[in-house]
Amino acid sequence: MLMRRNPQLNKNGELIHLLSIEGLPKAVLTQILDTAGTFLSVNDREVKKVPLLRGKSVFNLFFENSTRTRTTFEIAAKRLSADVINLDIARSSTAKGESLLDTIANLSAMHADMFVVRHAESGAPYLIAQHVAPHVHVVNAGDGRHAHPTQGLLDMYTIRHFKQDFTQLTVAIVGDIVHSRVARSDIHALTTLGVPEIRAVGPKTLVPGDLAAMGVRVCHDMAEGIHGADVIIMLRLQNERMSGAMLPSAGEFFKSYGLTPEKLALAKPDCIVMHPGPINRGVEIDSSVADGNHSVILPQVTFGIAVRMAVMSTIAGNQA
Amino acid sequence: MKILIKGGRVIDPASGRDEVTDVLIASGRIVSIGRASELPADRVFDAAGLVVAPGLVDLAARLREPGQEHEGMLESELAAAAAGGVTSLVCLPDTDPVLDEPGLVEMLKFRARKLSRCRLFPLGALTRKLEGQALTEMAELTEAGCVGFSQADVAVSDTLVLQRALQYASTYGYTVWLRPLDAWLGKGVAAQGAVATRLGLSGVPVTAETVALHTLFELVRTTRARVHLCRLSSAAGVALLRAAKSEGLPVTADVSINSLHLTDVDIGYFNPDMRLTPPLRQGADRDALRSALADGTVDALVSDHNPVAEDMKNLPFGEAEPGATGLELLLSLALRWGQDSGLTLPATLARVTQAPVCVLGEAIGSLATSAGRLVEGGVADVCVFDPAAQWSVTPAVLASQGKHTPFSFASTGMLLPGQVRATLVAGTVAFEASRPVPA
Repeated sequence: MLMRRNPQLNKNGELIHLLSIEGLPKAVLTQILDTAGTFLSVNDREVKKVPLLRGKSVFNLFFENSTRTRTTFEIAAKRLSADVINLDIARSSTAKGESLLDTIANLSAMHADMFVVRHAESGAPYLIAQHVAPHVHVVNAGDGRHAHPTQGLLDMYTIRHFKQDFTQLTVAIVGDIVHSRVARSDIHALTTLGVPEIRAVGPKTLVPGDLAAMGVRVCHDMAEGIHGADVIIMLRLQNERMSGAMLPSAGEFFKSYGLTPEKLALAKPDCIVMHPGPINRGVEIDSSVADGNHSVILPQVTFGIAVRMAVMSTIAGNQA
Repeated sequence: MKILIKGGRVIDPASGRDEVTDVLIASGRIVSIGRASELPADRVFDAAGLVVAPGLVDLAARLREPGQEHEGMLESELAAAAAGGVTSLVCLPDTDPVLDEPGLVEMLKFRARKLSRCRLFPLGALTRKLEGQALTEMAELTEAGCVGFSQADVAVSDTLVLQRALQYASTYGYTVWLRPLDAWLGKGVAAQGAVATRLGLSGVPVTAETVALHTLFELVRTTRARVHLCRLSSAAGVALLRAAKSEGLPVTADVSINSLHLTDVDIGYFNPDMRLTPPLRQGADRDALRSALADGTVDALVSDHNPVAEDMKNLPFGEAEPGATGLELLLSLALRWGQDSGLTLPATLARVTQAPVCVLGEAIGSLATSAGRLVEGGVADVCVFDPAAQWSVTPAVLASQGKHTPFSFASTGMLLPGQVRATLVAGTVAFEASRPVPA
């Protein structure tokens, strides 16, 4: 079969869309993280704006509800001086039966320069990227279970901020990994950046054995999974996992896999605890851990804006 | 009208005939195979350098009629069959309405006969509306022209209904055509495995096939119903089938051109052309299917033709409608598999001619002894093709309304071997290539 070029990259290997971390060279990831570092100071200024996207129209297309991610993209785009249009598609055109590509064609006719897309189907942003005009850029803000690359990048930024070197780390990702686009993006990013040990921790219904194919060590025992970890990434547990016979109850999950101070003591003393949010206190994480001094959950949010600014300015500067 | 096909390489897998000679056809039948000294024919085909084979018999094609047609769907899909050298095809009952009424079957047969492009053998629904609850009137449907009973891609979740359906069908000696698919495990859009995990696509495990096969074989043991297993997809499924056949269970099986040539890796960046049912599995599964087809464990190769409109394919992978056009690719993909497997041309062609006719058996009446073969006195269903010619699959060259295929030149960059030059159904020219299509 013909191998097609990675649709995120142009002929020179420069990033034109951000669809997935998978397949991106280390240099591209590092460059985005470096750029994000320069934007962090913008966020501390009195006037929190740079003119990099002045005159550009960024459309936030959220086919799936999300307040937090949409807001951080909106803030990031506005700090780059872009005009931001938020479309809550879940409640508008597709509800009237318009197809995804028709929606994109219509918005393109309004001279969109960038689409930030969240969609419940894995791969939807690829379809969009294949059908937009060459000057239009697509950012995946989460597609099904597949990828959430800006979350992956902001997680990498956070880890680098607190741990500097990736090549000596043990990272444990705990919880509902099989349904998690965050976990997939984190795993690809950690692998690319040279993390030697990545563990996927959870019961077999949420962490099936074939995850090992992604280059992770699968652990069904929490103590084994977080023992000696430098970084613990807790994932949000969705309520529908209980109705889908994946788990008996949130309470039983917390007992085995919830991060408590006692379990945290098994990790390295300087371990950091991360979570993509929103957190379920008492389901995957104990309040004292979420609010404790190992937690970097709120810095993640702050870094997230700088990382999204870096992503948008990078791809806008590259031509297809 | 007398037709003489002159000087071609005449291959009849059933008898082992493979020689350069002439075939004389009159009144819909093959009059003689051998050097024709005098030429009393109305029409002479020069078949020098070409292969003269039995018309292909495809055990799985959807024509999307009734219910899912745009104007002239039956016409376009039967034209596609003829262009692909297919002279007999079995169509599935998952139309709208479902083929569970004799009147619908009669109408379909009647319309196909009027087009006279290809023989049409419908499968009736095994249960009403394919709902897996009430049995259809199998005897009535058989009288109307059904050659067996099927659930298409809808699994019967109620095992009691399944057992009774098999019991009832076996009372009359009807064959039940089932895709081994567990109703609960079979939900998902790609095969479970590294690719589905990586892409975040919901996976169908191999157990969806093996659990269903175990259940089916157990029911076949007790009911002795004749079962044809449709579209096997896994190495584990092949192993179970092999054991069942050596035990002597009355089962046969087919595999699709898609599962024979592709794997889940071909999904690439969510290419909706690779959205297929059953889903594409891994390399080891494909290899097991290829060797099982070669050694006859899997009886027949099918196109699994399912034309899907552009609008239904240009969607995110999981929302795209499964299916691909295949009637015009069956011959070429059989030839490619035969070449890859080091098989002779007669052995290759057997899987798309003689073997599928054996699967159909007595259900097609007197045709059982002459369809899928080239015999004197038999029906003149013939496919003449150029084995050396190559072609590229582009939407423009396909007669089918379905233009989506995983084997398109745009997806694969590959040329396919073998081009059909003429197709005869009952001695009538159903298709004739105007001139060789440039590759």
